[in-house]
Amino acid sequence: MAVRNRERTVLETNRVIGRNQTYGHVDDVVDAPVLTHPRATPAWWYIGFAIALALLGMYLATVVYLITTGIGIFGNNIPVAWGFPIVNFVWWIGIGHAGTLISAALLLFRQPWRTSINRFAEAMTIFAVVCAGLYPILHLGRPWVFYWLLPYPNTMGLWPQFRSPLDWDLFAISTYASVSILFWYIGLIPDLATLRDRAKNKGLKLFYALLSLGWNNSTKAWQRYMRAYLLLAAVSFPLVLSVHSTIAMDFAFSQVPGWNNTIMPPYFVAGAVFAGFAMVLILAIPLRKAFGLEKLITMRHLDNSAKLMLATGLIVVYGYMIELFIAWYSGVEFERFMALNRVFGEDHGIYFWALIFCNFIAIQPLWSLRVRQSPLALFIISLIVSVGMWLERFVIISVTLTKEFLLSSWGDYDATVFDWSLYIGSLGLFATLFFLFIRLLPSIATTEMKELVHHDEHHGSDYFETIRARERGLEVEG
Amino acid sequence: MSDVTTTTGAQTRDLYGLVAEFDSAEEILAAADATRAAGYTRTDAYTPFAVEGLDERLGMKSTRIGWIMLLAGTIGGFLGFYMQWFANVVHYPLNIGGRPFNSWPNFIVITFECTVLVSAFTVGLVMLARNGLPRPYHPIFNTPNFENATRDKFFLCIEASDPNFDLIETRRFLERLSPTRLSEVER
Repeated sequence: MAVRNRERTVLETNRVIGRNQTYGHVDDVVDAPVLTHPRATPAWWYIGFAIALALLGMYLATVVYLITTGIGIFGNNIPVAWGFPIVNFVWWIGIGHAGTLISAALLLFRQPWRTSINRFAEAMTIFAVVCAGLYPILHLGRPWVFYWLLPYPNTMGLWPQFRSPLDWDLFAISTYASVSILFWYIGLIPDLATLRDRAKNKGLKLFYALLSLGWNNSTKAWQRYMRAYLLLAAVSFPLVLSVHSTIAMDFAFSQVPGWNNTIMPPYFVAGAVFAGFAMVLILAIPLRKAFGLEKLITMRHLDNSAKLMLATGLIVVYGYMIELFIAWYSGVEFERFMALNRVFGEDHGIYFWALIFCNFIAIQPLWSLRVRQSPLALFIISLIVSVGMWLERFVIISVTLTKEFLLSSWGDYDATVFDWSLYIGSLGLFATLFFLFIRLLPSIATTEMKELVHHDEHHGSDYFETIRARERGLEVEG
Repeated sequence: MSDVTTTTGAQTRDLYGLVAEFDSAEEILAAADATRAAGYTRTDAYTPFAVEGLDERLGMKSTRIGWIMLLAGTIGGFLGFYMQWFANVVHYPLNIGGRPFNSWPNFIVITFECTVLVSAFTVGLVMLARNGLPRPYHPIFNTPNFENATRDKFFLCIEASDPNFDLIETRRFLERLSPTRLSEVER
């Protein structure tokens, strides 16, 4: 009997959408939080938003102090010239990657389970890229002339240095940000039209009418729209891989032991997806609870995200092993020392073992179905993974730089209070944008959900699961 | 024919078309088949989501947006590389450690990003432009109950500009498809 119940749970898990959904019901559930009166907005939203705003205030105060004083307020110095600003930049941009991967790669691979999580995952991507993109600009020293990195006709008659990874970063991040926003907005247009037609309030109606550009659901429009969306996905997919590869190459182009490494691009991309899926789970689990979206973001979504997190996490662990192996195999004294210092160094070895705990040991429970079925467990593991991925970047960047080639130039790194306030403040920036997003825009792509409802009604999304269950002699409800 | 008064009092020349409302995707697919078989060519359907195969059943040709994107991406990639080559070989050559001016492997990242940027924005903007967006007014919004086209209703419109359009005949034809509602929509 226990086995039978377990099979039933699996069967339920395999549904990408709850039973008995209708087109109208999808609209109602998703649009309800957006269209409620400000006074009817739940208290948790106001409390969360207030905390996020307070952190954003801290961020802005730090930025003002940074610009008026200079980057001396950070702990960066020689030899560790790349401290928190780069650690946090790489961490944030990595988080962004799962969003594009869900919306682009899973669309191309025809994975229907992407549909209910792609919208807020894309929002997560954009907000994470905003947080990430501000870091390189702020750490430039003179942030107000960041546009010198752009090729534009200038009175100095100069070009930016196209051979420089800094300039690659600029192109990669600005392209990634603008293509992500375009992809997101185009995906939103039909949903904005839905909101335009549902909104009762005149001002709100006008707001969504302007944003939806007069979309009228015509079949010819749908035809071009679907093709354009697919093509955008097709270019976004390699874009995701290129952005984090570019960032990895920023490291690999140097001669620093531990950075000059060909494993870096794929290893960074896997780490990005790992951190990204952790963030998807961190956001999805409270969101589905708060807005009652359990029938749209089902256990299957959490289950699949957890599986992807486990798979990419193991790739990352493979990356750690290869890094150590290459350090030994290269026979280069500095590489070997770097590896030993990273793992057993008396000052910083603790970070390495903490990251092994967070990124390797903590994800092992995900092999178990029962853990993947428990939102609370997934939430906690995802938080640990987020910390772990931050530690990974810290170890690669700061710990590596403390002890390089010359004994005379060994040094230490200590983050200052402003390093921390800018980092925690950037979490506030992310949270502020995300709170605004869940209040003003539908957090689930309703038109695409309706396609799923249609498919579910007529072809049955769990058709094969049902047959398999019947073969095992299980009774199937519905 | 052009001065026949419709049931709502509009002249046919002010008429945008006849719109039939259906409850499900299956009904509108069947209606699209019937409409095409009856020889109507200036038709469009308005559905809450992209119903698979509806464009073909209405006799719409496939979109060429992919070719436009391929062209734009090629141009974007070429211009991206040319910019770097021009800057480093022609306009501002710098000898750094004896490396070649045209050190093309260094230019790949920016070339790739330019390809993606130009092709993505071309496909996005061309899609909007070909769909006539942004558009402040469209006659189809005069259809009664049309706000449910974004919810759960399916609309089929035979436009008055169709060569086979005849107010009485077309109306009779659409009635035979047993829609839940049939409306004459003004321009």
